[in-house]
Amino acid sequence: MSFFSYAWDWVTQSANWHGSGGIPQQILAHLGYSALPLLIAALIGIPAGVAIGHTGRGAVVVVNLANAWRAIPTLGLLTLLAVYLGFSFLTWLLPLVVLAIPPILVNAYEGVAGVDPGVRDAATGAGMTPWQQVTRVEVPIALPLILVGLRTAAIFVVATATIAAYIGLGGLGRFIIDGLDSYQYGPVAGGALLVVILAVLVLAFFAGLSRLVVPAGLRRQGKAE
Amino acid sequence: MSWSWIPGNGALIWQLTRENIYLGVVPALLGLVISLPLGIVAARWRWFYPPALTVVSVIYAIPAIALFIALIPALGLTDTNVIVALTLFSLCVILPNVVAGLRGVPEPVRQAATAMGYGAVRRLVTVELPLAVPVILGGLRVGMVSSISLATIGQLIGVSSLGYLFIDGLQRSFPTEIYVGLVLIIALAVACDLILAGVRRALTPWAARS
Repeated sequence: MSFFSYAWDWVTQSANWHGSGGIPQQILAHLGYSALPLLIAALIGIPAGVAIGHTGRGAVVVVNLANAWRAIPTLGLLTLLAVYLGFSFLTWLLPLVVLAIPPILVNAYEGVAGVDPGVRDAATGAGMTPWQQVTRVEVPIALPLILVGLRTAAIFVVATATIAAYIGLGGLGRFIIDGLDSYQYGPVAGGALLVVILAVLVLAFFAGLSRLVVPAGLRRQGKAE
Repeated sequence: MSWSWIPGNGALIWQLTRENIYLGVVPALLGLVISLPLGIVAARWRWFYPPALTVVSVIYAIPAIALFIALIPALGLTDTNVIVALTLFSLCVILPNVVAGLRGVPEPVRQAATAMGYGAVRRLVTVELPLAVPVILGGLRVGMVSSISLATIGQLIGVSSLGYLFIDGLQRSFPTEIYVGLVLIIALAVACDLILAGVRRALTPWAARS
C-alpha cells in the first residue's frame, strides 16, 4: 500500500471526524497555534524591518540574521524549552514567535531598503513628511516582499507547530506523534497528508493575498519586467 | 550544565555528529547535481521555468516531517528516506539560484564569447557557469545548512542524527545533552559556511577578495 492509500483510508474513516481530538478540532487547533505566533511575529518583525530599511541602521545585523535563521534546529529549541518550562503555553509559543520573526523582518527590510532612491527623492520633493514617505510610498512598494516574508514565516510555523506535538502541543501533529508512538501508520500518514494540504493552502492563500493587496501600478510593472 | 557528561559520551557525540554531517551534506550535493541540468534547461528555454518554480515552491512548503512520513512506505525508516526528502528540499533552494546565476551573466560577456568562436556548450561550461559560481554556491550553502538542521527532525522517525540528543535530553530532562546538540548543529553550519567560502575563492580566483 502506498502513502496515499494509507492516508486516504484513515482520513475517510468517519470515526476520526468526531469528538474531542477529531480531525476538524485538530485542524482548527493547528490553525490557531499557527496564526497566533505569526501575528505576534508580524507585529514585531514588520515595523522593525521597515524601520531598519528606512534608516539603514542595523542592516548588518539583518543580513546575518537571514543567514543564521536556517541553521537553527527547531526540535532542539523546542525540547530545550520543554525541559525548563515543562509543557506550558510559553514552551511552544516562544520558539514559534522567535523563529517566525527573521523571515518577516528580513523581507520587510529588503523591500524598504530596495526602494529606488529616485522615488524617495520624489516623495521628499512632493513635500511628504518622513512618516508619509514610509507609509504611503516605501511600504506599498515593499508590500510584495513583505508578503513573501509572511508567507515564508507562515509555512515555517505550520511545519514547526506539527513538530511541537512532540512536546505536547495539540493540532495535526498529534496524529503523527501519537501514531508513531503506537506504531500505527494510518494516523501518521493521514496527519501528514492533512498537514501538507494545510501548508499548500497557506501558500495559495498568500498567492491570492498578494494579488489583492499589491498596488495595481506595481503589478503592471512586475508583468512588464 | 554538567560538563563531565561530554567527555564521558565522546564516542556517542562523535558518531551522531558524523551521521548528521552525512545526512546534511549528501542531500545538498545531490540537490546541486540535479539542479544544474534543470537550471541550465530553465535558463535556456524560458517557458520551462515558471511551471518548474511553482512545483518547487509547493514542494518547499511541505513540512519535513510530513515528507519523511510520505516516503516511509517506499523507503522505510532509513537514511535513504531522509536523504531523498532533504535532496528534494535542497533542490528547491539551489535551482532558483542556478537560474538566477546563469541569467545574471552580462549579455556583452556572452556576445564576446560567441565572437571568439565559442559554441553554445563551450560558452556554457567555460564562461557562463564559472561566472554563475558565486550565486550557485549561495544556494548550495542555504541547502546544506538547512539540510544539516532538518536532518535532526529525522530522529522523530528514528533516523539517527544529533536530533537524538534533543529527544534523549527531553526524555531524561537533561538540558546538557540538548545544549551539546544545538551547539554542534550551529558549529556544523558555520563550518559549512567557511568551507564553501573557500571553495568559492578557489573557483573564482578573479573575484575581489573582500
